[in-house]
Amino acid sequence: MERIKIVLHFPKQLVDKPIVYRLVKDFNLEFNILKAEVNPNEEGLLILELKGQDQDYKKGIEYLKNEGVRVQPLSQDVSMDRQRCVDCTVCVSLCPTEALEKDPQSGEVKFIKEKCIACGICVKACPYGAMKIEF
Amino acid sequence: MKTIQEINEKIKKGNVVVLTAEEVIGLVEEKGIKEAAQTVDVVTTATFGPMCSSGIYFNIGHSKPRIKLGGGHATLGGVPCYTGLAAADLFLGANALPDDDPRNSVYPGEFRYGGGHVISDLVSGKDLVLEASGYGTDCYPRKNLKTYINIKDLNEAVLYNIRNCYQNYNVAINTSDKVIYTYMGILRQKLGNANYCSAGALSPLLNDPLYKTIGIGTKILLGGGVGFVSWWGTQHNPCVERTNKGVPKYPAATLALIGDLKNMSGQWLIGTSMVGYGVTLSVGIGIPIPILNEEILEYTAVKDEDILAPVVDYSKDYPQRENRILGLVNYAQLKSGHIEIKGKKVPTSSLSSIRKAREIADVLKGRIKSGEFLLTEAVEKIPSVDSKYRSKPLKERKV
Ligand code: SF4
Ligand code: SF4
Repeated sequence: MERIKIVLHFPKQLVDKPIVYRLVKDFNLEFNILKAEVNPNEEGLLILELKGQDQDYKKGIEYLKNEGVRVQPLSQDVSMDRQRCVDCTVCVSLCPTEALEKDPQSGEVKFIKEKCIACGICVKACPYGAMKIEF
Repeated sequence: MKTIQEINEKIKKGNVVVLTAEEVIGLVEEKGIKEAAQTVDVVTTATFGPMCSSGIYFNIGHSKPRIKLGGGHATLGGVPCYTGLAAADLFLGANALPDDDPRNSVYPGEFRYGGGHVISDLVSGKDLVLEASGYGTDCYPRKNLKTYINIKDLNEAVLYNIRNCYQNYNVAINTSDKVIYTYMGILRQKLGNANYCSAGALSPLLNDPLYKTIGIGTKILLGGGVGFVSWWGTQHNPCVERTNKGVPKYPAATLALIGDLKNMSGQWLIGTSMVGYGVTLSVGIGIPIPILNEEILEYTAVKDEDILAPVVDYSKDYPQRENRILGLVNYAQLKSGHIEIKGKKVPTSSLSSIRKAREIADVLKGRIKSGEFLLTEAVEKIPSVDSKYRSKPLKERKV
């Protein structure tokens, strides 16, 4: 897995919980804190760089979401070039968040940006250079 | 019973009935083989996917003074060409890489640009730099050449693929505990995904499983232009196990294809990069099947669920050339997005594009209906199930 930068928004009631500790310990992820702050409303914001196995990463993100943490990729700049995409579906089974989905009728592969966590795997995997990521 | 001549008469008169290999399934279900065989004249099949044994040969015209490329060195777009031919002829293969490409030294290599991309750029009309050197002779004194070339200025530019159109292919998986990078794409550890590469029920040779109509000389749609089957392809292996309908359960026949690159399009010839593996060319191919009788129609009515493919472990069995498979799955399962292996639900991806294949089948259908594309009789059959023809592994001998 490439290093992934994510933004975590902690609601007030979660700020004191050892969430990042569990994320790192239970899911075997390496991390770097790029930014951490608690705003005047006592909500926490944490920007992390994570590294680890894709599966662990996926589970870790699920854990965060279940705890009520809002997770957002730091880079929202993954895009699909429809001119280049041939709808082969190579990327579909690799995407950890189902952000790339095949329309069962038309066979067209759709990129659902909201689900994308900018892990970069599709960028590496797409044989046609149709997926781009900009940091 | 119909003949190709009769079908061509209908094409010229504009009353030919053409369906794609997907459409014909519905018609046969509705009307039955007998009636459908009377109605349909031609079924179009197609495929679009990475096909590594593709390449082009081209003649650049003689420079003034003359240079002999044969036995020298040449690159096009920075990618080395084969110079074992005469003074002005070059061959470029889809897998060729620039000499300075880092390849897999930074693992997994990215392989951003190579032969497949050069072919794609050339056919799309881009100017490319040709750099060459020769050793100089009395009749070919020049030693160096650096110039832009464009496809329209070349004397001949011919796509010549020595192995395309695989009749069926492996489904690739990885049982090891690390990710692997293969020509079948990125394969995640522990059966994380399964990749396949065939258009299934739309694929040319799966619709003519015993090569009763497709043979040497068959006119086809290649890269969007007209092409021909020039021979059977390398590693042609027709004598594999088949279903009771004659459909091979393993990779079987292949075709060698040829066509004028100048009439093709970058839409159907696309350079592709397989991370950790290399570069290749994705080729679009459409092949018409004349419905000469009920038997041939029945072959074209093959469904995804009737076509089986072997699941092969690319972490050890494939690289070690072990003839082991983890089972057979059908293309309906593969196309559904999931298959089951060893009780595990495994997501599937295709390397070949069904959407592009459908477009090609439709384009071919359109050209036949408009009278632009007539069918040909094969001048010779390719080796079939009764030929005893087999693809052999390398027998290494001590040197
Ligand atoms: S791998 Fe690339 S070409 Fe294939 S569907 Fe995904 S984005 Fe499109
Ligand atoms: S970068 Fe690609 S593979 Fe990763 S989450 Fe986004 S769409 Fe999926």
